[in-house]
Amino acid sequence: MATIEFVDVTKEYPNAKTPAVDNVSFTVHEGAICMLLGTSGSGKTTLLRMVNRLIDPTSGEIRIDGVPTTQQDPIALRRSIGYVIQQVGLFPHLSIEDNVRVVPSILGKSAAETRDRVDELLHLVGLEPAEYRKRYPRQLSGGQQQRVGLARALAADPAVLLMDEPFGALDAITRARLQDELLNVQRGVRKTILFVTHDVEEAFKLGDQIVVMSEGKLVQEGSPIELLAQPASDFVRQLVGADNILRQFEYQPVTAALEPATDAAQERIAADERLLPALLRLIQMRNGALAVVRDGETLGQVSLASVFASVQSIHRNASAASGEHNRSADSAPVIR
Amino acid sequence: MHFLKHRAARELAASLIRVVKEIEWTMIAKMLQFIGDPTNTFWQHTIDTLKLSIVPIILALLIGLSLGVLVARRPVAAFISANLTGLMRAVPTLAVLFIMILYFNQIGFLPSVVALTVLGIPPILLNTIAGLRGVDPSAIEAGQGMGMTQQQVLFRVQIPLVLPVIAAGVRTASVQIIATVPIAGLIGGGGYGDYILAGINLLNIPQLLVGAVGIALLALLAEFALAALQRAVTPAGLRATEPAAIAPSARRSPVGSLADV
Ligand SMILES: Nc1ncnc2c1ncn2[C@@H]1O[C@H](COP(=O)(O)OP(=O)(O)OP(=O)(O)O)[C@@H](O)[C@H]1O
Ligand SMILES: [Mg+2]
Repeated sequence: MATIEFVDVTKEYPNAKTPAVDNVSFTVHEGAICMLLGTSGSGKTTLLRMVNRLIDPTSGEIRIDGVPTTQQDPIALRRSIGYVIQQVGLFPHLSIEDNVRVVPSILGKSAAETRDRVDELLHLVGLEPAEYRKRYPRQLSGGQQQRVGLARALAADPAVLLMDEPFGALDAITRARLQDELLNVQRGVRKTILFVTHDVEEAFKLGDQIVVMSEGKLVQEGSPIELLAQPASDFVRQLVGADNILRQFEYQPVTAALEPATDAAQERIAADERLLPALLRLIQMRNGALAVVRDGETLGQVSLASVFASVQSIHRNASAASGEHNRSADSAPVIR
Repeated sequence: MHFLKHRAARELAASLIRVVKEIEWTMIAKMLQFIGDPTNTFWQHTIDTLKLSIVPIILALLIGLSLGVLVARRPVAAFISANLTGLMRAVPTLAVLFIMILYFNQIGFLPSVVALTVLGIPPILLNTIAGLRGVDPSAIEAGQGMGMTQQQVLFRVQIPLVLPVIAAGVRTASVQIIATVPIAGLIGGGGYGDYILAGINLLNIPQLLVGAVGIALLALLAEFALAALQRAVTPAGLRATEPAAIAPSARRSPVGSLADV
């Protein structure tokens, strides 16, 4: 596991008028999935490629577990970081097996040694090894190739994973399945993941943390809920759809609508659940309340009334934030 | 070595002639007799022909390949070098031959080799450029991004992808060079060209045929050998296979439905 710190990172390409990445600072904590969200050309790929030193920053530095990347040998650094590139980039002349075992093989492992690992990885990304191991990339569909790209990045079990729009060119159903697979992988072995996307839904579904980029600058950074509740600008508010009540229900935790427990609570709900399932349950129950519990301890309850009240207050705050930034900071919403 | 092969070939030809002689006095027998006659120095002519083929092929490969590697990523340089060598190729080889005589102020092997090399450069140069440009840049970036050294990127990614294309260029160049080798006979370069020219002048058909058939066989041999080489250096993943063969089983994959269609 690893923490990644970006400290005043700037990248200016030669002959460019404005920096591709402009003085960006943020920290990705160990085991977190950090989503880099932004429009095309906002510098997401550039930021990602600086982590494994395919590009070096013009100024500033990136630290992994406190050590500046510029102090590490780029080859060794890259071998310790999984990289899923935007254009998939499988090696057309190598079988799927050999594609997946590229990193172990450049580290000197033989095919016999890595055989079990390849099978394990292909299973993980949902490709039956017996069927796919000996195939070649052009005998696979685009979605299957992207899965192999993911398996290849995971092969040496890196603590850090860089993913550049890995599910970019997929239909919605396949994409959702691969997103679930990624979350599954992450549940097993927690890696620190930097994930580039311009799909807001994807950012909210996968992200523990979202970094919004625009024209090379970091516009806002925070958890999905923070972005929904306190968008820093109109740009972010529109991007994340803070005015969308359904999205609020989808991503706000039940604790946002907490009220003191009463006898009305007939059923229990875990504190890390979202408002939407709680709401559906409450509607099914035709009233009443759900006790909100964390580690066996009752924190309070939610009812239809408290859910509506919380969403209304969030919505008010979001609108106020767009009208006047100073005041929104004072009247911070009830979340967290 | 030379001496042994020389004698073995002569004896073989002579014994064949004896056999054929008794049955019928055919054109083949006349040709074999010509080959078997030591005064015609068939073995020496064969060696000269091989030299006149192999030396230009190797030179064309060295020049075409290194020039191609140099200019592949520089569009202007690639355009200029491809057109310049193409232009030189367009000048009739006979003309190049005489220009080379003037330039080197001598006849024989050297001007012949230069004229034949000029012929072989364009296919190798063009295929090297096309091959290098055809390598998917994302495959190279993936290699670098996963921690391959420059050498590993070269040997594990670029060369395997480029080699088949270059081999195709070498095959084209070789067949063209071999087919043009007899022209060296005009300026004392030796080889089967001598037989062809003398055969025409003296109206000696068997002699002419020995030269012509010899060149044709050599060109065919090169074509087959280099086609085999080209297949050998083409990685399985790049070979053409019928996609229908893999499609039905893909549909049965545990996860794939939409992803497979
Ligand atoms: N190698 C390069 N040389 C010069 N400029 C570059 C280079 N790579 C990217 N840029 C420029 O830097 C800016 C940021 O590019 P980058 O690829 O990081 O964007 P991105 O956010 O990944 O976009 P996308 O979503 O389209 O992939 C763009 O304006 C781009 O034109
Ligand atoms: Mg990009």
